[in-house]
Amino acid sequence: MIVAEKLYRRRRVRNAAALILSGCAAVFGLFWLVWILWTTLISGIHALNPDLFTKMTPPPGESGGLANALFGSLLMSGLAIAIGAPIGVLAGTWLAEYARRSKLGEAIRFLNDILLSAPSIVLGLFVYSIVVRPSGHFSAIAGALALALIVLPIVVRTSDEMLQLVPGAMREAALSLGVPQWKVTAQVLWRSARPGIITGILLALARISGETAPLLFTALNNQYWSAKPDAPMSSVPVAIFQFAMSPYEDWHALAWAGALVVTLFVLLLGLAARWYLHRSHMAQD
Amino acid sequence: MILAPMNDTANQTLEPLATVAANESQRVKLAVRGLDFRYGDFRALKGISFDVPALQVTAIIGPSGCGKSTLLRIFNRIYSVYPKQQASGEIILDGENILDARYPINRLRSKIGMVFQKPVPFPMSIRDNIAWGIRHHEKLKGDAMDDRVEQALRAAALWDEVKDKLGQNALGLSGGQQQRLCIARAVALKPDVLLLDEPTSALDPIATGRIEQLIEELKRDYTIVIVTHNMQQAARVSDMTAFMYMGELIEFGGTEKIFTKPDKQQTEDYITGRFG
Repeated sequence: MIVAEKLYRRRRVRNAAALILSGCAAVFGLFWLVWILWTTLISGIHALNPDLFTKMTPPPGESGGLANALFGSLLMSGLAIAIGAPIGVLAGTWLAEYARRSKLGEAIRFLNDILLSAPSIVLGLFVYSIVVRPSGHFSAIAGALALALIVLPIVVRTSDEMLQLVPGAMREAALSLGVPQWKVTAQVLWRSARPGIITGILLALARISGETAPLLFTALNNQYWSAKPDAPMSSVPVAIFQFAMSPYEDWHALAWAGALVVTLFVLLLGLAARWYLHRSHMAQD
Repeated sequence: MILAPMNDTANQTLEPLATVAANESQRVKLAVRGLDFRYGDFRALKGISFDVPALQVTAIIGPSGCGKSTLLRIFNRIYSVYPKQQASGEIILDGENILDARYPINRLRSKIGMVFQKPVPFPMSIRDNIAWGIRHHEKLKGDAMDDRVEQALRAAALWDEVKDKLGQNALGLSGGQQQRLCIARAVALKPDVLLLDEPTSALDPIATGRIEQLIEELKRDYTIVIVTHNMQQAARVSDMTAFMYMGELIEFGGTEKIFTKPDKQQTEDYITGRFG
């Protein structure tokens, strides 16, 4: 009896100690995150006004907004998704459905993982050397291409993994109806993996909406409104970079506002992805 | 009367195994001759020969790993999805060898439907689950398609339960309903043969009872081959039984005979639970 009680007490003490330690670790991690978000919110909210979305980036000393940068970010991110996502889904499909166990498939999967972890500035330099330099000028297209190179491996990876999660029995059941493999893939397997694949695309969009490095060498920046894809274009991250580095108080305020907008956008995308996944799971239950 | 208890007749390719009565209901639907199957280097089936009679239920029984599912999966060549799996020998359906690479695989699969162990509805509506397969083989419009869907669901004894929610996602059905939906999906293509691979092993006893009752009804229109690890089920639903062991067909004959006075000692040992 007494021995058992002693053992029990000792376990309780250990349990409490482990609980406190892991709780502290969680608080430590969250502390910085909350601090970052709080600072962004407090500093950014002051400059958050309608001008931000309607006026162009100003020269020092004048009032302005980030309209051209917001437009540039949306356009280039949208283009990047439009280029990267379809190629990524098709490549992921090939990996999962046609090359699952082949050596070539394994090799490509490995290369894709390297691309996935490549520093984004390297991708920027790559596009600089194959697009910007030959064409002789910076352009929004080059920026979108650099961002697409970030989107591509993320979408390849998620599409591949999501399709591999579709049970083999579903493939067999569909094929056993005498329907060719491409139709089975396009009409049954994609449908089954769709929530995962779309979530992957949304997360890729969240990732590129804050990327600065690949745009510095490709789209550069533009102080004025430009919708020309073959001309330099402004973007929010690069504008933040430029304004935050400046000595001017009003530029700092704009940089904070830009940071807040990007953060909120990423947050919304994350929520949208979760909501979409949740809804699809509900529909399946 | 169909006799064919022998696994040593691989060399008799194409000869009828036994005197098949001229009686139409006893006609042979699938004639298996000298069938061998390999997973890579492993020889999973060894010289299987027997006749599957038309419009009857043929059960394949045997211990785990004896090759009964492997055998079933050859009938619609679903094994060919995987590389390194190879079948040789002959399976004659309506005078043609379906193992011949020139036999169009999608035609074969529309003639020989299959229902799997776990029900796998496609992620679409109940109606589309049925219509999807049909669309690939036939061009049916509006009403004709609706009729076909209803017909298939009625044949699978599911119509009354789902007729008011055909547009709903099939994943919302219960396990037993999902399995009947899978049967309806296979039946919708109007196949000649239905292959059932342990169709009730993931279902509760009530759902199992319904499926067994359904098999009884389906055999009026379809030749059925069922793999089951449940011997009582084989005895209840089948007319013919094949007992397999270690990749060989040990004995094939009328279910009653196999279960009461089998010819081979191995069969008797298995039936009476002495091994397996």
